[in-house]
Amino acid sequence: MASFSASYTYFLNKNVVSLSDFSPLYQYPNQNSTRRCSKKIVSVITQPSARRPATTGSVKNWMTMTEKLLAKASEKLHVVPGENLWANVDVLMTNDITGPGAFGVFKREFGENAKVWDREKVVVIPDHYIFTADERANRNVDTLRDFCNEQNIKYFYDIKDLGNFQANPDYKGVCHIALAQEGYCRPGEVLVGTDSHTCTAGAFGQFASGIGNTDAGFLLGTGKILLKVPQTIRFVLDGEIPNYILAKDLILQVIGEISMAGATYKTMEFVGTAVESSTMEDRMTLCNMVIEAGGKNGVIPADKTTYDYLKDKTTAHYEPVYSDDQARFLVEYHFDTSKLEPLVAKPHSPDNRALARECKDVKIDRVYIGSCTGGKTEDFMAAAKVLLASGKKVKVPTFLVPATQKVWMDLYTLPVPESGGKTCSQIFEDAGCDTPASPSCGACMGGPRDTHARLNEPQVCVSTTNRNFPGRMGHMEGQIYLASPYTAAASALTGHVTDPREFLQ
Amino acid sequence: MAASTLSSSITTTFKPSLHPPRASAIHPLPSIKLPSNNNPFNNPLISQFTPTTKNPTLTPLLSATTTPETTTATAFHGLCYVVGDNIDTDQIIPAEYLTLVPSNPEEYKKLGSYALCGLPSSYQTRFIEPGEFTSKYSIIIGGDNFGCGSSREHAPVALGAAGVAAVVAESYARIFFRNSVATGEVYPLDSEVRICDECKTGDVVTVELGESRLINHTTGKEYKLKPIGDAGPVIEAGGIFAYARKAGMIPNREA
Repeated sequence: MASFSASYTYFLNKNVVSLSDFSPLYQYPNQNSTRRCSKKIVSVITQPSARRPATTGSVKNWMTMTEKLLAKASEKLHVVPGENLWANVDVLMTNDITGPGAFGVFKREFGENAKVWDREKVVVIPDHYIFTADERANRNVDTLRDFCNEQNIKYFYDIKDLGNFQANPDYKGVCHIALAQEGYCRPGEVLVGTDSHTCTAGAFGQFASGIGNTDAGFLLGTGKILLKVPQTIRFVLDGEIPNYILAKDLILQVIGEISMAGATYKTMEFVGTAVESSTMEDRMTLCNMVIEAGGKNGVIPADKTTYDYLKDKTTAHYEPVYSDDQARFLVEYHFDTSKLEPLVAKPHSPDNRALARECKDVKIDRVYIGSCTGGKTEDFMAAAKVLLASGKKVKVPTFLVPATQKVWMDLYTLPVPESGGKTCSQIFEDAGCDTPASPSCGACMGGPRDTHARLNEPQVCVSTTNRNFPGRMGHMEGQIYLASPYTAAASALTGHVTDPREFLQ
Repeated sequence: MAASTLSSSITTTFKPSLHPPRASAIHPLPSIKLPSNNNPFNNPLISQFTPTTKNPTLTPLLSATTTPETTTATAFHGLCYVVGDNIDTDQIIPAEYLTLVPSNPEEYKKLGSYALCGLPSSYQTRFIEPGEFTSKYSIIIGGDNFGCGSSREHAPVALGAAGVAAVVAESYARIFFRNSVATGEVYPLDSEVRICDECKTGDVVTVELGESRLINHTTGKEYKLKPIGDAGPVIEAGGIFAYARKAGMIPNREA
C-alpha cells in the first residue's frame, strides 16, 4: 500500500510549489497547530486567522458541505466531525443481492406485519444478477417483488422477462445510474443504499453512502440512521482537462495518491475548475470510486450543470448546501489536471496506479466496458470516439454492457460527434465489438457462472469497472487493469494496454 | 507503539471464562472498560441473530465452565488464521455466492462454507477444508484495511457462520467494521502493532475482551488491543435495535 508522507502532498507535475502559494485558508503546520501524523492520514488542524468571539460579535460555526448535510438531516444547527447523530434519510435504495437480506432483518426486528417507514422513500432496483439461469438469483428478484407488493412500495423497477429486457417497461438496470436518471439524487438530501457504490450520488451535492443489510433493516422501520460525522478531505482539481483524459483518470490519480485506505471514514470533496467544467456523468465517475479509497462519502457542490441535469428528471424541491470558505478540512490536495496522463490501476488493487503508456507491453485478452463506473452513455461515446478515430477493428473480444435501458437506447439512437451521423452501436459493430448486452451490473463482480462476459479463464482484461481484486470478475488468476473508456478502447485496438493518445491526437 | 510482550504465565492470567456463542458475546458485557461516551456511535447494530453452535473443535485452555453472563471477563480462544493487508470482500466471500440470503438459516450455513475461499492460492493452508461448513480457525489475524471493498454484509456473516469469533486487524474498512458490529457475527478488534507479522496460522491464541489483549500461547507473546471505543455504548446496550428501544426511539418488540 502506498505510504503516506507526513506533509501536505502537492501534485503539480512533480514541481513542489512553495507553501505560501497554497490557499490562504490553510496555513502550514507551525508550532502552534496540532499535528498528528498517522501512517495514513496527516491531520492538520489549522488555526483560523486570529479570530476571537469577542472581536466578531457572535460565534460563527463554519461547516463543510458534509457537515451541513448531516446537520440538516439531524435537525441540528451545527455538527462537528466525530459527532454521532441520527439522520433522517430521504431515499433508501436496495437491489437484488442485498434487498432480501435487508427485508429479512426488517421483519425479524419490527415484526412480520410491520410496515416500512415511508413507502415512497424506498427505491428497489434489481440490477446485479439478473440475466442468469441461477435459481437463487432469480428467486431473489421474486423476493423483492413479494416485499414490494406487500408493502405497496411505490418505486420498484421490476423485471420478469429475463429473455428480453425490453419487454420489461419498469426495469432499469444498474442502481446507481438508475437513481440518477430517475431523479432520486437531489442536492441537500441524504441517500443511502445497500451497495458500496452508493457514494456515486454524492456528485449531486448530497450525502450518499453505502450501508449493510442490518443498517438498512433498521432504517426501513424508522427512517433514521445512526451516523458519525466524518472529517473532509478536499481535492482541488484545477486546470483544463486534456482531450485524452477522462474523469476515470482523475479518480485513479487521486486514489493512487492517497491509497486504498487514504480516505477511510472521511469525506472526499471535489472542487476546482476541472470539476466545474465536468458533466454530471463525469462527476458521478469521480464520486463512484470514493469507496475504493475507503471514503465514507464523496461530494461535489451543486451548480448549473446539476440543475440542468435534474430539470427533466424531478420536480421535487431541493436545497443545495455548500462548504463555508472558513470550514475546516483535514487535508487539501491540489491537482493540475492539465498535466495528467492516462492511467491504469494494475492488478490487484485500485490504488496500484501506473501510466498507461508504461504498460504498453502488457498483452491483453479482452476488454470490458460497462458498470456504474464506466457504462454510462458518455463512457460509450468516449469509447466510440477512439474506435472512430482509428477506423480499424478491435484485436480482442470487446464486451459492452450498458448500465441501464436508457444507456442502451442511447447507444442505438444518439449520433456520435464527427461520425457523419453514426450511432455508438454502429461504430462498435464496424469495429468488431461484441453486441451491447442487456443492461445490468454484468460481469463487473463476476456473478453467477453464466454471466455474460464473466472472466472464466485466467485472462488479462482492461476494464472500465471499479475494482480489480483477485477473482473480482470471476477467475482467481484473472488480471484486471482498471482504465478509462478511452484507454479501454485504445487497448482493444492494439491488443495491449494502450495510451489513448495513440489514436486521439 | 511497541507491543508489550510478556512471556506470561498463562495459567495465572487466564480467567475461567464463558465461551459464548457469538451473539451473546456481544450482548451486554458489564466488565468491559469503555470510555464513557454518551454519544451514540455509527457502529451500532446487533441483530438478535440465533447463534449457531460454536465450532466444536475449539478446545479451551482451561476447562471453561458455562458460567452465567455475570462473568468478569469474556474471551475468545482457539486457533488463529493469519492473513495480510487489504483483504477485500471479494476474497472473504466471492461475489458469485451473494445470491445466498444471510437471513435465511439454510443459506447462512452455506455462506459459512465459502468463507475466505477467495484468497489467492498463495495461501496454501486453506481456511475451510473441502466439504466442511465451518473452519477450525476461530480467530482471524489481519493487517491493514481488513474488509475493504464492498458493503456486502455477507462478508462478516460468512466469517461468523464459519465459526469465526473475532477478527484482530491493524485497521478496518469502515463498512465492514460497521457491518461486523451490526450483525454481531464477528467481534472486530484493533491491534496496536502488526500482529499478523508475528503470528502464524495454527497458533493457539486467546483474545481477552475485558483486558483488551491477545495472547499467543504458541509463541508465548502478548499483545495489547485497542479498546472498542465509540462502539461501546451501543454494544453495551445490546445493539442498535436495543439501543434505540432504550432511548425510546422505537417501540419494544412484541413478544
